[in-house]
Amino acid sequence: MVNLIWLFLLMSGIFFAAVNGRIEVVTFAALNAAENAVQISFELIGIMALWLGIMKLAEEAGIVKIIALLVRPITGYLFPSVPRDHPAMGAIVLNLSANMLGLGNAATPFGLKAMGELQKLNPKKDEASEAMCTFLALNTSCITLIPATIVGIRTASGSIDPTAVVGTTLFATCCSTAAAVIADKIFRSCWERKRG
Amino acid sequence: MVEIFIHEISKWAVPMLFFIIPGIAFLKGIKVYEAFVAGAQEGFNTAIKIIPFLVGMLVAIGVFRASGALDVFTKLLHPITDFFDIPGEVLPLALMRPLSGGAALGAAAELIKTHGPDSYIGFLASTMQGSTDTTFYVLTVYFGSVGIVKYRYSAAVGLIADIVSFLASVFICRTVFF
Repeated sequence: MVNLIWLFLLMSGIFFAAVNGRIEVVTFAALNAAENAVQISFELIGIMALWLGIMKLAEEAGIVKIIALLVRPITGYLFPSVPRDHPAMGAIVLNLSANMLGLGNAATPFGLKAMGELQKLNPKKDEASEAMCTFLALNTSCITLIPATIVGIRTASGSIDPTAVVGTTLFATCCSTAAAVIADKIFRSCWERKRG
Repeated sequence: MVEIFIHEISKWAVPMLFFIIPGIAFLKGIKVYEAFVAGAQEGFNTAIKIIPFLVGMLVAIGVFRASGALDVFTKLLHPITDFFDIPGEVLPLALMRPLSGGAALGAAAELIKTHGPDSYIGFLASTMQGSTDTTFYVLTVYFGSVGIVKYRYSAAVGLIADIVSFLASVFICRTVFF
């Protein structure tokens, strides 16, 4: 599916650029995006190092274990294929907590750490495991308790009530996360049946 | 009141984590600096590993964005949004949301500025922007970091969540603010 989406974005982009008579933007946009990708990765190095360093401290101090223990009923239900005391659980919990609090730059390092741990459990190294699919379903739909960025923008544009959207955002994010979890469960059982 | 609360949490969360975690680790007798550096070393490889995946995805999205294809798809979807009485102004934001976090934030900020933060469209754009994450960025970076190319059904799940988030935003904003 991702192959088709990728091809669709690229082909329709080139097609409409040609139709709109500005085919030259394709080259510029492509080179620009390639450069931007490297820049994002490089910026990520520092952020990754910082948060993984802090996480190592939290791990060794036993903080991660305590947090993972507290939410075990939920994570146990969502990730039945991950052993209860596996380090992946700690990273997953930290990632989801960072997302909820709107700490975007901490969420990615924890999330990638979780993916690394989940990959150790994955029998097929080039294909997503069930646990990874569930984890990314939670991540792309992202439960947000504090939409800090958008509240900031609203304040800056002179809103009389910048936080009026906190409740509506919470409602929408809960709906989308619920939909993601349900869709993940349905797709998973279809996938298993297909495999036999 | 809530605004101050959110502002304070955003301001204090990271410093407090940097204070509490090393503090507890120290009290537990851990060599804090050494442990920090040991953890930090993992960051480099992971970040470098995602470059080819990110280049591939961002180039496709970049070309799509620059071509004006978005306008065409917006026009195609207009009859549907009109039918459900959804303001068409938010369509580019809805289409951009799963593809590019930066572009979506830009579109949301623009809508908030043009229509006013406390208008129906302003509320709707804010809710849409805050209630979901950039699906393709997350998939690319997360799967890329461990070298996975077969996403199974992950893209479908992410897009379903995006559509639900959009419809839920419209529903709740219409109920509360309209």
